[in-house]
Amino acid sequence: MSVVRPFDKLPVLNSAAILLVGTDEDLQRQLAQTILKEKKDFKISIHLATSLPLPAERDHIRPRIDLIVFMINVQSKYGFKNIEASLAHVDANFFLGKVCFLVTGVGRVNHCSVDMSAVRKLGDVYCSPLIFCELELEGIRISTAQRLLRMLQICAGHVPGVSALFFSSLMRSSNDE
Amino acid sequence: MQNRSRSQRGLPDFQENADPQKMAFLLRKQWALYSVTPLYKFSYANMKEYSRHLSAFVAAEKQKGLAMVVGIDLSIKVIFSTLLGLKGTDRDQAAILVQIASKTQTTSGKEEEKVVWSGWFCCVFGDELLENVPEDFICLPLFLANGAETYTAIIGTWFQKTFDCCFSRLAISPLNLAWMAAMWTGYKVDSHAVATELIFSVPCIPQRLDISYAIHPEDAQALWDTVQNTQGEVTQEEVDLFMDCLYSHFHRHFKIHLSATRLVKVSTSIASVHSDGNLKILQSKYLIGVLMLLTELAILQIQ
Repeated sequence: MSVVRPFDKLPVLNSAAILLVGTDEDLQRQLAQTILKEKKDFKISIHLATSLPLPAERDHIRPRIDLIVFMINVQSKYGFKNIEASLAHVDANFFLGKVCFLVTGVGRVNHCSVDMSAVRKLGDVYCSPLIFCELELEGIRISTAQRLLRMLQICAGHVPGVSALFFSSLMRSSNDE
Repeated sequence: MQNRSRSQRGLPDFQENADPQKMAFLLRKQWALYSVTPLYKFSYANMKEYSRHLSAFVAAEKQKGLAMVVGIDLSIKVIFSTLLGLKGTDRDQAAILVQIASKTQTTSGKEEEKVVWSGWFCCVFGDELLENVPEDFICLPLFLANGAETYTAIIGTWFQKTFDCCFSRLAISPLNLAWMAAMWTGYKVDSHAVATELIFSVPCIPQRLDISYAIHPEDAQALWDTVQNTQGEVTQEEVDLFMDCLYSHFHRHFKIHLSATRLVKVSTSIASVHSDGNLKILQSKYLIGVLMLLTELAILQIQ
């Protein structure tokens, strides 16, 4: 059982790697393409997976993963269960700001098969931010890609003085004030 | 906002004050569900006046050519009445029934009055959630309509103009449909037990695929009895477990993950409901339970 660990490999100069995990492969691919189209000044490698653990055979050629994005589609209970199972294969050190949950599909009430409180609970339990977005809309996809890129830069250590631990501020909701 | 548990309250035997003949017409009909915001200054005493106004309104709209009736149409009459017994607690407002009857002349020359459209407003166990409503407002958040869509639109327009309320179609999510499947399976039915049927929609190219999953009523009830252990209360975990058992059984036989599809219709011996907001009630025994769930969804939609 290979567990994804944040610090078991050496970083590569001026590059970062992001891992997208989710069962909706079309949406994953669209988001990946949008991220690649964005302007950036470092090398980026995007890894797509439907579930964890990642195959152990390719572990030696895989770079260090800087940010893991779990894509939860509220319209599919199967996808949600898959992500819950995959979380067990992520090293605990990742949950210090290097994991985030992307929640899609909330717009259409008729299609919600996953209880929203269960999704929020997941975000609380794993201390990671929940980002709600409708990735089918191009404008939102582009702004989400930009947001993820910025988070990736910080997680990979490219921004001096800002570390991934600061992302806990993204989780404070107005209810807590 | 979604409830994590719902109590199966002691459902009152509604047939105490109800007129069984009037209730019979509620069964085995396709009802379109709407959520309605509170009605401003509706008075139960003025129902005769409302009947007259609405009859005139419907006749006027008809002359605009909006509603087509075949046959020699002598007159359209709108009848307002109350439905006794369709409430959960005493704080719930009495249910209102609106019917459109049209007099037609039969071939033998006799006048025949026939109900062409029915609609009823009700509120079952809605009091706790509607505590903050000011006076002058009557809360009947659930509206059910059967009949021509044109008549529904005319009646809806009149109510919206007269009582400053807002109608919207009730959308039922797969999550809530799963609740209904679980709760209604739990209601014991003595006779005419029908198979519990769940219909799932799979987005497929080129054509959408519908999967129908029918479960023998006794098996469904046995499964629910093993899952449900808290007396008088149903929790989200129990509903999830019930559905997961059904999904894994299906997967074992057909290798299809139903949890990746969308539940669109639930049919049990008690009632059948579609996610577009269509309801058919099959048994009067648990009518209050069915209306209780739907009232809650209507209130959630209004808020």
